[in-house]
Amino acid sequence: MATDTAPAPAAPPPASDERLREVSQLSRLLSRPELGAVVGAVLVWVFFAIVAFDNNFISWATTAAILNRAAPLGILAVAVAMLMIGGEFDLSIGSIVGFAGMTIMVLSFPTEGGGFGWSLWPAVVAALVIALLTGWFNGYLVIMTKLPSFIITLATLFIFRGLTIALTRLRTNRTQLGNLDEVEGFALADTLFASQLEVFGARFRVAILWWIGMAALATWVLLRTKQGNWIFGAGGDANAARSVGVPVNKVKIALFMTTAFAGFLVALIQAVQFTGADTLRGFQQEFDAIIAVVVGGTLLTGGYGSAIGALFGALIFAMVQQGIIITGVDGDWFQVFVGTVLVVAVIFNNFVRQKAAQR
Amino acid sequence: MSGNGTPLLEIRNVSKYFGSVIALEDVSAFVRAGEVTCLLGDNGAGKSTLIKVLSGVHKPTKGQYLFDGKEYNFNSPRDALELGIATVYQDLAMIPLMSVWRNFFLGSEPTRGWGPFKSYDAEFAKQTTKEEMAKMGIDIRDPDQTVGTLSGGERQSVAIARAVYFGAKVLILDEPTAALGVKQAGVVLKYILQARNRGIGVIFITHNPHHAYPVADHFVILRRGQVYGDYTKAELPLEQLVQMMAGGADLEALQHELEAASREAELKDNN
Repeated sequence: MATDTAPAPAAPPPASDERLREVSQLSRLLSRPELGAVVGAVLVWVFFAIVAFDNNFISWATTAAILNRAAPLGILAVAVAMLMIGGEFDLSIGSIVGFAGMTIMVLSFPTEGGGFGWSLWPAVVAALVIALLTGWFNGYLVIMTKLPSFIITLATLFIFRGLTIALTRLRTNRTQLGNLDEVEGFALADTLFASQLEVFGARFRVAILWWIGMAALATWVLLRTKQGNWIFGAGGDANAARSVGVPVNKVKIALFMTTAFAGFLVALIQAVQFTGADTLRGFQQEFDAIIAVVVGGTLLTGGYGSAIGALFGALIFAMVQQGIIITGVDGDWFQVFVGTVLVVAVIFNNFVRQKAAQR
Repeated sequence: MSGNGTPLLEIRNVSKYFGSVIALEDVSAFVRAGEVTCLLGDNGAGKSTLIKVLSGVHKPTKGQYLFDGKEYNFNSPRDALELGIATVYQDLAMIPLMSVWRNFFLGSEPTRGWGPFKSYDAEFAKQTTKEEMAKMGIDIRDPDQTVGTLSGGERQSVAIARAVYFGAKVLILDEPTAALGVKQAGVVLKYILQARNRGIGVIFITHNPHHAYPVADHFVILRRGQVYGDYTKAELPLEQLVQMMAGGADLEALQHELEAASREAELKDNN
């Protein structure tokens, strides 16, 4: 114990602590949850850089295409990562994307077309409030019923999607609405959510900044705020966290509202970018987001993970998608590839985590 | 060490009934600051109920609960905690996947900055964790390591150090050595003495007289929900304590039974 500080003559040069092995920087790095995803992203990039070299994989245009593709998924994945670290699941996030997008469209659509004829920004604020309410509803149901969030949000996946289709059709007789660019207030929204930056002839969308900003904010919250500590605690062992005074229920409801917010943000970005929305927007994106999060090293059981990992998970997802498109491989194979990457990533992550724990 | 000061925490003639079940009957015990009171009892003696009464989980059916000479009637463990009565349970309430320093401050995180920029003061937390553990004589290897990688004894030690840091005046330890090996138990016993030397009143619950004897200033022995004996260390040699724990005559009867059983088994084997 404290003997190593006592002056012991004839003792060998005092090691600071005989039980403390020199841990190399590398090994320390290995214990970070996002490591697998970072290494994975590099490997996938190198793979396509070789395989798709002739197809110009290493180019600004391809890089821009990958990042533009990764951004909306990444925004969802970062929020889902926080929720999963907090020990819960959200399968309804894709439906929330659809719901929020159609809310913006129906509210701002001209009255003669069945819409409400609002200008854009009130519609956006209304969609935000509604999205946060859906998130709160998910969280409240999970807390109140004490059922697994997997079941609750599987139910709300159908409920929110069904409401999106039914209400939109009831009001407008359509499942797709467009012409958002004719709505008052669009110019500002276009600048904020859909503008493009040209670098070396390639067009990077502003959504990339939202994605990186979300990841940075999430990382700061998780690692450097007390609320972040509560998220890890709530996911690691909810009862233990409660017993030391962590408001576990509030934390979880806030996390569901965070994923709903991410769904709203993606819906807004896409509605502005495509100047319209579809009732099926966001379909199955909950799975893509969960894959990105898991590939990013977050544990399905909660209490462990990172937002940076989710960022890289989304990047891997987009690289595979883009790589398959430009190599001209039949797109039908994409899902096979994604499934394989998922399994390999999880096995690799478990391996790394065990190694890290044993160091 | 056994001073003559007034008890810091005292229960007088406490009874606890659950319906027709008498869990505790007329139990009195106390602990002074800077002393260790050992509550001993075999399974079913009423130890768990007594802990819950002491930590504020259960209200006693009859009797008085005094802290610092004043009578209290707690509604929840939080009331007790606010007075500085901290309980460390066997299962510890620690989160294995989180690092030691994050666990140490979970629920009471130090922050710096203001408004929306208020952040978790990680440097302070790490430093304090290391210092507090050192004060207890525990050399924490690396505050960044997860609690899951600590041994059972070390986890107990972190839990005790945490309770002490957050201002515990009375520390109630629920069988802290029960699941530990000999060496590990020794380590935890050392920290109990450390806490005592820092002027904390320690109530140490155990069923192991060999763990109780070296650290306790006095003993309260529970049997079947009642106080069977209340002694200072000077009055009670270890052998007698062991004897009393198991309940003298009962133990002898059990010994005879076991011997008879093994003889029978031998006879069967020989046939």
